[in-house]
Amino acid sequence: MSDRRSVVGKPLHHDSARQHVTGAAVYLDDMPEAAGCLHAALVKSPHAHARIVRIDASRALAEPGVVAFATAADVPGENEVGPIFHGEPALAVEVADYVGCPVGAVIATSHEAARRAADLVDIEWEPLPAILTIADAVAAESYVCAPQRLVFGDAASALARSPHRLSGGLDIGGQDHFYLETNIAMATPLDGGQWHVWSSTQHPTEVQKHVALVLGVPQAAVTAEVRRMGGGFGGKESQPTIIAAIAAICAHKTRRPVKLRLDRDDDMIVTGKRHDFRADWEVGFDDTGALIALKVRLATRAGNVADLSSAVMTRAICHVTNCYFVPNVEAVGLCCKTNTVSNTAFRGFGGPQGMLVGEAIIDQVARRLGRDRDEVRRANFYSPSRGLTTPYEQSVQDMIGAELTDKLEASADLAARRAEIASFNAGSRLRKRGLATAPVMFGISFNMPSLNQGGALVHVYTDGSIQANHGGTEMGQGLYTKVAQVVAETFGVAASVVTPTSTRTDKVPNTSATAASSGSDINGAAARNAALQIRARMADVAAQEWGVDAESVSFEDGTVTSGNHAMAFSELARLCWVRRVSLSATGFYATPGIHWNNATMKGNPFYYFAYGAAASEVEIDLLTGETRCLRTDIVHDCGYSLNPAIDLGQIEGGFVQGLGWLTMEELWWDGAGRLRTHAPSTYKIPGSRDTPPDFRVHILEDAPNRAETVFRSKAVGEPPLMLAMSVWLAIRDAIEAAGGDAEIDAPATPERILMAVETGRGAAPAPA
Amino acid sequence: MVRFLLNGLEEVCAAPPPDQTVLQWLRVQRRLTGSKEGCAEGDCGACTVVLAEPEGDGLRWRPANACILMMGQLHGRLLVTVEGLADGESLHPVQAAMVAHHASQCGFCTPGFVMSLFAAFRSGESARTSEIHDCVAGNLCRCTGYRPIVDAAADALSGSRDDRFSPLATDIATRLREIAAGPALSVETDAGRFLAPRSRSHLAAALAADPGARLIAGGTDLGLDVTKRRQPQRSLVSVNAVAELKTMEERDGALVIGAAVPYADALPRLAAIDPSIGVLLRRLGSRQIRALGTIGGNIANASPIGDTPPLLLALGASVTIGSAAGERAVSLDAFFTGYRRTVLRPGEFIDRISIPLPRPGDLVQVDKISRRFDQDISAVCGALFLRREGDRIALARVAFGGMAATPARATGVEAALTGAPVSRQTFENAAQALARDFKPIDDFRASAAYRLRAAENLFERWFLAATGALEAAE
Repeated sequence: MSDRRSVVGKPLHHDSARQHVTGAAVYLDDMPEAAGCLHAALVKSPHAHARIVRIDASRALAEPGVVAFATAADVPGENEVGPIFHGEPALAVEVADYVGCPVGAVIATSHEAARRAADLVDIEWEPLPAILTIADAVAAESYVCAPQRLVFGDAASALARSPHRLSGGLDIGGQDHFYLETNIAMATPLDGGQWHVWSSTQHPTEVQKHVALVLGVPQAAVTAEVRRMGGGFGGKESQPTIIAAIAAICAHKTRRPVKLRLDRDDDMIVTGKRHDFRADWEVGFDDTGALIALKVRLATRAGNVADLSSAVMTRAICHVTNCYFVPNVEAVGLCCKTNTVSNTAFRGFGGPQGMLVGEAIIDQVARRLGRDRDEVRRANFYSPSRGLTTPYEQSVQDMIGAELTDKLEASADLAARRAEIASFNAGSRLRKRGLATAPVMFGISFNMPSLNQGGALVHVYTDGSIQANHGGTEMGQGLYTKVAQVVAETFGVAASVVTPTSTRTDKVPNTSATAASSGSDINGAAARNAALQIRARMADVAAQEWGVDAESVSFEDGTVTSGNHAMAFSELARLCWVRRVSLSATGFYATPGIHWNNATMKGNPFYYFAYGAAASEVEIDLLTGETRCLRTDIVHDCGYSLNPAIDLGQIEGGFVQGLGWLTMEELWWDGAGRLRTHAPSTYKIPGSRDTPPDFRVHILEDAPNRAETVFRSKAVGEPPLMLAMSVWLAIRDAIEAAGGDAEIDAPATPERILMAVETGRGAAPAPA
Repeated sequence: MVRFLLNGLEEVCAAPPPDQTVLQWLRVQRRLTGSKEGCAEGDCGACTVVLAEPEGDGLRWRPANACILMMGQLHGRLLVTVEGLADGESLHPVQAAMVAHHASQCGFCTPGFVMSLFAAFRSGESARTSEIHDCVAGNLCRCTGYRPIVDAAADALSGSRDDRFSPLATDIATRLREIAAGPALSVETDAGRFLAPRSRSHLAAALAADPGARLIAGGTDLGLDVTKRRQPQRSLVSVNAVAELKTMEERDGALVIGAAVPYADALPRLAAIDPSIGVLLRRLGSRQIRALGTIGGNIANASPIGDTPPLLLALGASVTIGSAAGERAVSLDAFFTGYRRTVLRPGEFIDRISIPLPRPGDLVQVDKISRRFDQDISAVCGALFLRREGDRIALARVAFGGMAATPARATGVEAALTGAPVSRQTFENAAQALARDFKPIDDFRASAAYRLRAAENLFERWFLAATGALEAAE
């Protein structure tokens, strides 16, 4: 791979930036609708668990504009949308098992008519007992999949001989994705039993597969397509399949195109979120805080079905020790089956929850020993002397967590600021400040090896323009831009010569979800593979034309040269056509060297690790518990960044999303299992003023990935989210400065903070 | 018919249903899909458009949420959408700055941010960071973390304010005045009607003729009945064209605010009473909401968590109610009768609110506690008014929102304060009385315990404010 880089590594604008700012970027709901297109609206269960006794849609069907009502009985094929396990219906059959569970869909000539009529479908219910919480599910041993267990060393006996022991628990809240564009799909019956489905999805292949399954047609008869999503964050990995499948069922029933767009409330009530977790742990450590043994049980609320929960739990377990070597670990993971919405992928995919448990442990060990957290971290980092083997027995070859922490200590001037904060706190009665760092070490690759493959289809046209198609989807993360840069670099042309097109299952088949931060790693490499094939053919043609060696032909600045010979790239493209040489190629990439044993939870699941470190300073109001993040410093590792402007956006955006998860975003269910925070009026994500007013983000320079990724870049989608752990830890620090009980759960809402402060003051909080 | 200008060109909507939203009209009827639906409740800003109306020689530009804006509210206004900003191929300075600073990722929220910034651009707002936050507090972005958007805003607001509307403003104002000089808006359709009478007497007559009609001021709450509760609105009577309801004046030691004055207009006058009022009002909704929402509406809705009622109760405000039968004045104390219930009878409307102005030496302090600083609904909102004689408290009015089924005075607290010396002990006694005055509830915004404790703690802050020691303590 050449070291010359003229397009990759440049901070090019997002390929759609101009369309974004002018309103010309077309999202699914903006597309012209085919003549006769109908609109569907969901009819949902109001009960957490209930038997459907009778459905009467007559009032709805009598409404003007209403065309039909579809239920599970209208599924021509198999009523199945489970991404890993079987038994996950698109529409409820006999029993609805969470509040919001889709029972049917009203189909009408307009979105509004369908929504109004959906309220008029009368269902007689027989309520059944419901399990709503992790605690109830654990007590009932109600799980969606078998418990997971990872054993490394001998935690029990190591605990017994540890000089210090500490146990604790942590509740970690979930998080709604709150992508600005809600879930939407449009299914169109085509000629010859074929189907086309537009879907706002991170996983077109999954949409294709399940639409084919519910319709009872071969996968080859279905094309799923997506040009762009208005945000995904994991929420459009498996969930759009449900929406697309229902749209397809409705289109099949009416033989007309059907669009199903969820409004915000339905989107938040019907589709899954980040998993909430309960962790219980016991840890053994020495006088320096070096961990000797860890026993941890992670329990999560999977919801009514498994969806991706088993994989989320695996990643949580793999990240519970973050960047620390722990010689003896026993981790158990329980995916609780509850009568709540099935939780799903969300940026980090269990990693953040696992890692937060690990950081809570470091925090509490440091507090117990009266030592600085970073000192305790240094006693624990993976290192050749301490150990480089993860609990799942992967050897860590690229550890830079310690280096980043040191860098941050200096660049963020932490020592001096700790002193300043101590003096501020001594002088302030109503406010206290806290400062904390957080290192992040995140494994890159899907835990399941088979998913780590990418495909691409590249065409060069006779005018020298290039079309780049690949299996990855664009959700705002700039993947299309990065892949275009990779392809442009390969052909030695400007990025503007490369046109990214929508992601379609008929161009690149059998794709993986654009998830696990892997988008540019696998699709960028596949596109490069395709481009290299075409470039080699083009070089041969040029070599023949000039009578030179193909090796001597180079592609640069839109020109192809060899010695004194030169021609424009477009001229060579045309010459290839004249010489009857193919200018199209499929590319493929399979991540090398990874393996995983699900039964033993051992293997080499990650191609490499992405690292980062953050330091955040917060201030809490001791009267109200309100909190502000005052300053955050970040050093993050992107390898050789393919596009530093896009990577910076991922780092900043990921951090702020994590800050929301850990401070203000709270999913609140009532005793009947109803989510009561299902719109932005009640569910608060960070606004512009919530970002640190002093926000210093640095991409680690001159840090090529040691793994042979595309242009030695690193994945960046998920890891920065976890940098926000620094905010949560800083809040704990501030609560401690206020004399409160610092060991609060997540999210650290004003209420939790105030109650923690008041507890320490000796003023018992009023009974809840 | 509804007559307005769309991106500079005249638009006539002959008979829109009274509850048709502008967003729906733009996206479905007009196929202008740049404005997005993110929440349909005015909380995310993805649908932000800009409304302009004549003011002085030019135009006054304000952002609005198209998702909860009814078509009738456009009458006589200029509606600018994201499609209307660029001058041919040349991007608007706000758009160009957003591109230059990499301020879009998924792009779905971007048109809304562009429009909020466009309103600030046309309004001559400064590039100060705090004002930029005010400007985009009604817009949510889930991708960028906002830093590049704030940078883009600072950039765009630092340069020339020339854009394609600069040469058009005078002409647009003239054309809008022509519409205003025409007949009052009256749309009758099969789906219902939308009236916008021009005078108090016509308003009273319209309500007398159709006591089932609903009043609409900014529509920022009513819009939710349409989009969220799916309640069709058959008869809407707007107060927005009633000039008599849009006045503000000082009379007999009181600030008298017409019921149809939007928050944005009332804000500077109210903030002049005490800076904490300015802080409160800038946290009420967002610019989009404050451009349309009114204090009259905030009172009439009688929500237990409205932001202005606790303040107005503490200030001793009264409400003048109009109808075809004449006027009656009601103390705000007596106005709320229960959860979302008031003394308003069919055919009546709030005409104006009278707020006695504090005297020099009086203490006014209002504090809102919410999970997010901007555009959040209070868990607790508390307001204090103290009149001192010497070192004693001669008069105390204390009111809270979020603590009961209505915004309410804390009578036990007031009793503990009245006649007592200005001392820590007095304020501690007052705080202790709170639990007897209110039995707050647990809900998704806060637990009862938190509400009570945070409200009690405000008395610490208020004591420090009363003794001039607040700044030092913080």
